[in-house]
Amino acid sequence: MLDDFFIRALVAGVGIAMVAGPLGCFVIWRRMAYFGDTMAHSALLGVALSLLFDLNLMLSVFIVASVVSLLLLFLQKRGALSTDALLGILSHSALSIGLVIVAFMTWVRIDLIGFLFGDILAVSRGDIDIIWGGGILVIFALVYLWRPLLAATVNPELAEAEGLQPERARLFFMLLMALVIAIAMKIVGILLITSLLIIPAATARRFAASPEIMAVLASLIGALAVAGGLFGSLHWDTPSGPSIVVAALSLFVLSLLPLGRGLRAPQSLRGGQN
Amino acid sequence: MLNFRPQEKTTLVRLSNAGVRRNGRWLVRGVDFSISRGEIVTLIGPNGSGKSTTAKTAIGVLKPDEGSVERMTGLKVGYVPQRLSVDWTLPLTVERLMTLTVALKGREIEEALAATGMLHMAKAEVQHLSGGEFQRALLARAIARKPDLLVLDEPVQGVDFSGEIALYELIKQIRNRTGCGILLISHDLHIVMAETDTVVCLNGHVCCRGTPQAVSQSPEYLKLFGRRAAGALAVYSHQHDHTHLPDGRVLHADGSITESCFPGDGHHHHDDAENVHDHDPDCGCGHHTRLHGFEPPEKRDA
Repeated sequence: MLDDFFIRALVAGVGIAMVAGPLGCFVIWRRMAYFGDTMAHSALLGVALSLLFDLNLMLSVFIVASVVSLLLLFLQKRGALSTDALLGILSHSALSIGLVIVAFMTWVRIDLIGFLFGDILAVSRGDIDIIWGGGILVIFALVYLWRPLLAATVNPELAEAEGLQPERARLFFMLLMALVIAIAMKIVGILLITSLLIIPAATARRFAASPEIMAVLASLIGALAVAGGLFGSLHWDTPSGPSIVVAALSLFVLSLLPLGRGLRAPQSLRGGQN
Repeated sequence: MLNFRPQEKTTLVRLSNAGVRRNGRWLVRGVDFSISRGEIVTLIGPNGSGKSTTAKTAIGVLKPDEGSVERMTGLKVGYVPQRLSVDWTLPLTVERLMTLTVALKGREIEEALAATGMLHMAKAEVQHLSGGEFQRALLARAIARKPDLLVLDEPVQGVDFSGEIALYELIKQIRNRTGCGILLISHDLHIVMAETDTVVCLNGHVCCRGTPQAVSQSPEYLKLFGRRAAGALAVYSHQHDHTHLPDGRVLHADGSITESCFPGDGHHHHDDAENVHDHDPDCGCGHHTRLHGFEPPEKRDA
């Protein structure tokens, strides 16, 4: 069954959506959308370096994304520029350096559009093993880090004062982000990875009564978006990444309809004053 | 972190000549104080005087750049930070907030919520709480893990005046019941003082210290806050023989509960003995407004 390219893309995409859900919730809660974008953009530099030095593609992307996030942490601590200015500099320079390096390598022809916007044809059986293996690793790490990460999201000093280690949790969170970006790149593409993180999580918010429920819902909504997007991509011959994002956006818009509010009303009544 | 032998009263934290420096500037210097079990220490001082910095240094969030901080080994801290806003995107009920930093039994959560009068709000989302309710929820969270040391950074912010008194009453009860040490930060000396054992007045350094009465009489304090604040102390120290329950009723010292305060109750300490008056059902007890220098509205009817 996995011989069919479409099934392979579906299995891989659902695997990615599963890890993108909970991780995306943290991206929203911690207001790190632009940060995720920066790490994703740096992935193209990873692609270029992998071609240049003949390295494994995912490994190379993971390393570059990790280095960029650590660099950002370091620059933030020095406090010379505001975080969003730093993100802007890192994000687009990493992307541009990657593009320039690729242009210099006249001996390789790469499908740039495929890397930027995703290519369902590119998913191999080996990729599926890596995606599911890496995905399960990310889920286990998130379960283990859940409490310190959530506490640090609410207030890092509170987490620190009460014996959790918010800095360590933050570091691991960035590594997990880098890992997810590395394995998601082929399906949704570098430019659209953050939307797979953010849109399902934002859709889940309206129906979630706890952080844990929101994480699980985000995974399910993401999987639904991947399935819908891939079918659309196959049917209308559109690039897989944008199709998945359009499907995710449709689900988000659906969640805004009165049906969604009807589900939420009793809860806000209970949550009301006194 | 050093280990030291418990004396007759266990010292939880001791700061010795502690100072914190940022960007070439001393945020605070030469801070000396200690907190023992069952003791309430209050830090006061104007904005930017290093109160929060000092508290964070005491619990280990900040490292001192000079001097030393000793903490009891295995010290369990409950912390209510000065600014805490939960993003709307994070669905968090009061109940879930309780187990933010540590897993708790259902009974422990209920006890803490009941102690702060928040049990009826357990299922409410924290974003829907009023300022006073949110502070109570944060306090409940901090005490639920049964800390040795409770650190409260301006716990009465965003709380109206009667709520403020109720919160301080609650903090006192927590101390009396659990015997934990409490480090309180306040910009509002005249209320805290009635409950506190030691007041440390900071203004980049330890400005003055002592028991509440002593500090209000020290010239440094008067210079910082003016005579009016110091004068308010005496009034406040009389007023905590009744408690405003979260539902608006009043718990009196003799244990009776009434819908509002009694007219002419002795504990009001109105200076004008003829000022017999009725209270509105939503109380506020007349004297609360009087403390701010306003005439109670009911006086016009007398």
